[in-house]
Amino acid sequence: MAAPGPARLLRAAAASSRRWLFSASPATGTRPGRGSAAAAVRTARLFSVSAQAALSSEDKITVHFINRDGDKLTAKGKPGDSLLDVVVNNNLDIDGFGACEGTLACSTCHLIFEDHIFEKLDAITDEEMDMLDLAYGLTETSRLGCQICLKKLMDNMTVRVPEAVADARQSIDMSKNS
Amino acid sequence: MGPGGTCWRGAGVTGGVRRWLSSAAPLPRLCVVGSGPAGFYTAQHILKHHGGAHVDIYEKLPVPFGLVRFGVAPDHPEVKNVINSFTQTARSERCAYYGNVTVGRDVTVAELRQAYHAVVLSYGAEDNRVLGIPGENLSGVYSARAFVGWYNGLPENRDLKPDLSCETALILGHGNVALDIARILLSPLHLLRQTDITEGSLAALACSKVKRVWLVGRRGPLQVAFTIKELREMINLPGTRPVLNPADFTGLENAVKDAPRPRKRLTELMIKTALEKREKAVEVQAGAPREWGLKFQRSPQAVLPAADGRRARGVRLALTRLEGSGDSAKAVPTGDVEELECGLVLSSIGYRSLPLDPTVPFDTQRGVIPNSSGRVEGVPGLYCSGWVKRGPTGVIITTMNDSFDTAQSVLEDLQAGVLDVATSREGFGAVESILHSRGVRPVSFSDWEKIDAAEVARGKAAGKAREKIVDPQEMLRLIGH
Repeated sequence: MAAPGPARLLRAAAASSRRWLFSASPATGTRPGRGSAAAAVRTARLFSVSAQAALSSEDKITVHFINRDGDKLTAKGKPGDSLLDVVVNNNLDIDGFGACEGTLACSTCHLIFEDHIFEKLDAITDEEMDMLDLAYGLTETSRLGCQICLKKLMDNMTVRVPEAVADARQSIDMSKNS
Repeated sequence: MGPGGTCWRGAGVTGGVRRWLSSAAPLPRLCVVGSGPAGFYTAQHILKHHGGAHVDIYEKLPVPFGLVRFGVAPDHPEVKNVINSFTQTARSERCAYYGNVTVGRDVTVAELRQAYHAVVLSYGAEDNRVLGIPGENLSGVYSARAFVGWYNGLPENRDLKPDLSCETALILGHGNVALDIARILLSPLHLLRQTDITEGSLAALACSKVKRVWLVGRRGPLQVAFTIKELREMINLPGTRPVLNPADFTGLENAVKDAPRPRKRLTELMIKTALEKREKAVEVQAGAPREWGLKFQRSPQAVLPAADGRRARGVRLALTRLEGSGDSAKAVPTGDVEELECGLVLSSIGYRSLPLDPTVPFDTQRGVIPNSSGRVEGVPGLYCSGWVKRGPTGVIITTMNDSFDTAQSVLEDLQAGVLDVATSREGFGAVESILHSRGVRPVSFSDWEKIDAAEVARGKAAGKAREKIVDPQEMLRLIGH
């Protein structure tokens, strides 16, 4: 569809944007200090990263994320990790995911679950519902990723990232246009 | 780092970078005006999805982050976590921050458009809507914007010194800013002490006599603009009692039965609180010296002067009835009026964007730059995002999505060749000489990090998250300007 010139530009753009992301990834300990909640989240993440290394791969739980562009991202986490931990620890490229870093102050980690998994999730709190009310593309099986912790029964589940914009605008992803 | 991520990412990087370097196309040089969430999210999205683009961010103040620093309430530090990802963006080698540069004065939009392939205006809403009623200028009447700026250390509002010597405050407006202000006015001091609220405002609040806050709106409970998180927080505020009139909510349970979930839950929480209040009134009243309440269908007619003719002593409200329903309902005066005594009046009826430059189209009616998906109408290469694009509403995710939408337009235009990058642009190089000739010295992101470190250190000494420096001159001295 694209002419050779732009196509080359696009692929290059996407690839180095990943590198950019990669080199500037969080959890390197260089981020500025914030409130205690964020510090706790960071500590928890650092802990889960190191704990993860000690676990053998069969203890881990595999999660598939269907990104906004339809791409499937697959990652693993250990039981007890939140889905936000899984996204952060694995550097999954989901735009704007987890803006408040798991402190229940935004709805950017909104995910849509399969019915059979959704039914088995822990009960939702009023506070999570309050933030979900502000989410885009809310469904009957929506939850916030930062509030859902991995359990064995979730192994190989698929969660969907909702569309960011309310209208049906085709999202341009320059990494897929080659 | 999980195995899936490693493979996926590793494969793309080397091949892609080589391809990129081998192409001789000039790099797109873009700039963003305003370093609030709209500016940073727009920059972030462009940088992430275009590996060659370079984005410069200009900011009027020495310090970045706009309303995340100066708007978000000090007792909502969680929302400020977005600063972490903005900081990563600013530290990228393809992004630069230039604070202390007022676009429209120090450098014009036309000059920026000469220097860059594209310019994104994300300068927000620096003004507020005015009531336009008699008595608005009496002492004791403040705009919510100024009051929020005061407790958040916005330089221009640092000397506001609001008079908190009265018992009753009246806030005009039913949005989240109104609830933020009510909460700050009524919060037990120990809840604020460790936040980044400024020293000066904390001291003023410690002496505050305000113990009752009314939030007044022209329309009804179904039209409130605040969100449920903020309402719940207010209802649960320690030492404070909500005062809601059950009569205001008669029949509403049925009316919201089929409403969208957010409106339904918000209304149900108000109804529940209004009814609960009756049952628990006696028990709570004893323990709660402070109270707040929502008043509906009242439109301000005049702020009434005290005997000295200088100070506010109350507000005259016109009672209204609603024509139509839902969001589009209109408040029409019934002809009845009532007076409400209060010594402090805060108008929280909305922020307002201002035109930046005569060369930029501006819709004065709506207070926004006319645009289509962020493309400024009739000016190719000029874009807008955030409040100046869609008006001053929404929470952080609204601005994030809106900024991604504008970034997407920029990316599309780069892809389609609408933005001609064949001719290289000098970017900051050109702007730097202009600024130099006008005696303006920009503040870099590493300069900000020095200010940031100083603020955090001062805060630590005082047992709080941060002590903001409220004087721009002091900020500049700190970095040796």
